[in-house]
Amino acid sequence: MSMLSFEKKYRVRGGTLIGGDLFDFWIGQFYVGFFGVTTIFFATLGTLLIVYGAAIGPTWNLWQINIAPPDLKYGLGLAPLKEGGLWQLITICALGAFISWALRQAEISRKLGMGLHIPFAFSFAILAYVALVVVRPMLMGAWGHGFPYGIISHLDWVSNVGYQFLHFHYNPAHMIAITFFFTNALALSLHGGLILAVTNPGKGEIVKTAEHENTFFRDDIGYSIGALGIHRLGLFLAISASFWSAVCIVISGPFWTRGWPEWWNWWLELPVWS
Amino acid sequence: MITSIQNCEKIFTRFIGLLFIFLVSACELPPVDSEQQGYRGLGMENVVNPRTKAKVLAENISPDPSPPVSSEGPKADEIYENVKLLNDLSIGEFTRLMASMTQWVSPEQGCNYCHVPGNFASEDIYTKQVARKMIEMTRKANSAWQAHMGETGVTCYTCHRGKPLPTAAWSTDPGPAHPSALKSTGQNTVSATVAYTSLPYDPLTTYLNNVNEIEVVAKTTLPTGKPGPSIVQTEATYGLMMHISDSLGVNCTHCHNSRSFFAWDQSPAARTNAWHAIRHVREINDEYINSIADILPATSKGVLGDPLKVNCNTCHRGLNKPLQGVSMLSSYPSLSGDKSGTE
Repeated sequence: MSMLSFEKKYRVRGGTLIGGDLFDFWIGQFYVGFFGVTTIFFATLGTLLIVYGAAIGPTWNLWQINIAPPDLKYGLGLAPLKEGGLWQLITICALGAFISWALRQAEISRKLGMGLHIPFAFSFAILAYVALVVVRPMLMGAWGHGFPYGIISHLDWVSNVGYQFLHFHYNPAHMIAITFFFTNALALSLHGGLILAVTNPGKGEIVKTAEHENTFFRDDIGYSIGALGIHRLGLFLAISASFWSAVCIVISGPFWTRGWPEWWNWWLELPVWS
Repeated sequence: MITSIQNCEKIFTRFIGLLFIFLVSACELPPVDSEQQGYRGLGMENVVNPRTKAKVLAENISPDPSPPVSSEGPKADEIYENVKLLNDLSIGEFTRLMASMTQWVSPEQGCNYCHVPGNFASEDIYTKQVARKMIEMTRKANSAWQAHMGETGVTCYTCHRGKPLPTAAWSTDPGPAHPSALKSTGQNTVSATVAYTSLPYDPLTTYLNNVNEIEVVAKTTLPTGKPGPSIVQTEATYGLMMHISDSLGVNCTHCHNSRSFFAWDQSPAARTNAWHAIRHVREINDEYINSIADILPATSKGVLGDPLKVNCNTCHRGLNKPLQGVSMLSSYPSLSGDKSGTE
């Protein structure tokens, strides 16, 4: 496997979190590592369990395969394999794979001598998943509150859980989360458009530099956040979106049981005008 | 200068802190109760706060029925004059029902709320005619609307709760004041009727007084080019649904699988009751309330002059089954509409 000229410099041993030299090597381009092995273990086992769930289920239609959580009556206990137990095992595998992957990112970051920005950012995606299938079910007292694993079925869950609170757009944390998601998309599109523009100069022209980038946005919106700043902003927007979406679902149920519109009565009841 | 900036920061931090505490205190706390409605993982659940629910239950307790009396003895119309309904009851049963009705509807005002003192036969007080209409309404409800409420049935108390005018009665909502040059949009203001959303604030007049089409979901995958329900109609439908949910202390998934609101084969059975309930409430408002609007005083009417009417909350009061599903009717069979019934 060919190696880029500078790649050798980064292929240093050490910097592992646990296990010392165990699995501290590369296969071709890919770093293995202890957490690489655990990622592959959990991801493979989880995927095979999903395939098993599909095999004992009613359909092989990719859209309709559904691994549903247990009935609420099983509470926070274990459910029979075919009545949600499979969902519980797959959830453990998913958590194992996701967390292993974040730790593998941390190890690679340490080898590269860079900050832990990447595992930090990815942790917010894990946080959102953990909020959905661990934190909220535990707060509400049953694993059955987790979402089902299936392309269509998880959308049905999202829709119904939203309607459990009459009008989910009135959920304040949901408002903040979707605002961050949309702003993130806007920032990414502005940034992506800019990079595509400067790296694809017209015929006979040269690739443009940061001066051009700054000038464009100063002309366009009166301000340029800069080449480094846009990535800081992107990180902030992305992790905020994940964080607030985790908040918005954790408060729905454990911390509010009625319609979300009614929550805003605190505003109507402010002593200023009530 | 520095100090004032520091002061500003301090004030700002305190403001944010206070706001945070305020918003958190607007929430509830676990543990919560939940009830699964559909297949596991479908997300069709009723989630309730048991502390809040306990308060609602305490407000919805049916009074003990008075002890039964003999159906022997002379009939009511042999003793009293001008008995048009209930004339097949024994005098004991008739008196028991009259006493119970007084307790249910006018415990403070007593018999004279409907009757001229010393002359029970007199029709001079309008409430007597209203009461007669209401008995007919109750009997119709109990004999013809099992599809709405099963065999539980209703009595005067289901709505009245010891008050001459049921607390949760409604009339057409004129909406908030707005500049006279502008036409009211009928929405975009907070309204308790529609569970504190900004949806059209008076779906009750639209759907429970007038008969308008509630269905708004398209039946074809692609647009047909023919005009379908408008956004306004759709939002009014959602407003009505908010009213139903809030009145029954349930959420949308009590009657609907939201993946397909219109599909009856995917809906819980409760949606069938609700469908009949909407028709039942329309009948009550049309045949038994609007029809006697002429004899009602202004105190029984809203600001626009229409009589106070019935909606879901009039009986349900935050519970899926009014008065916790206790059937008072079984102790008062003369209200069942089966005229041969005795008490």
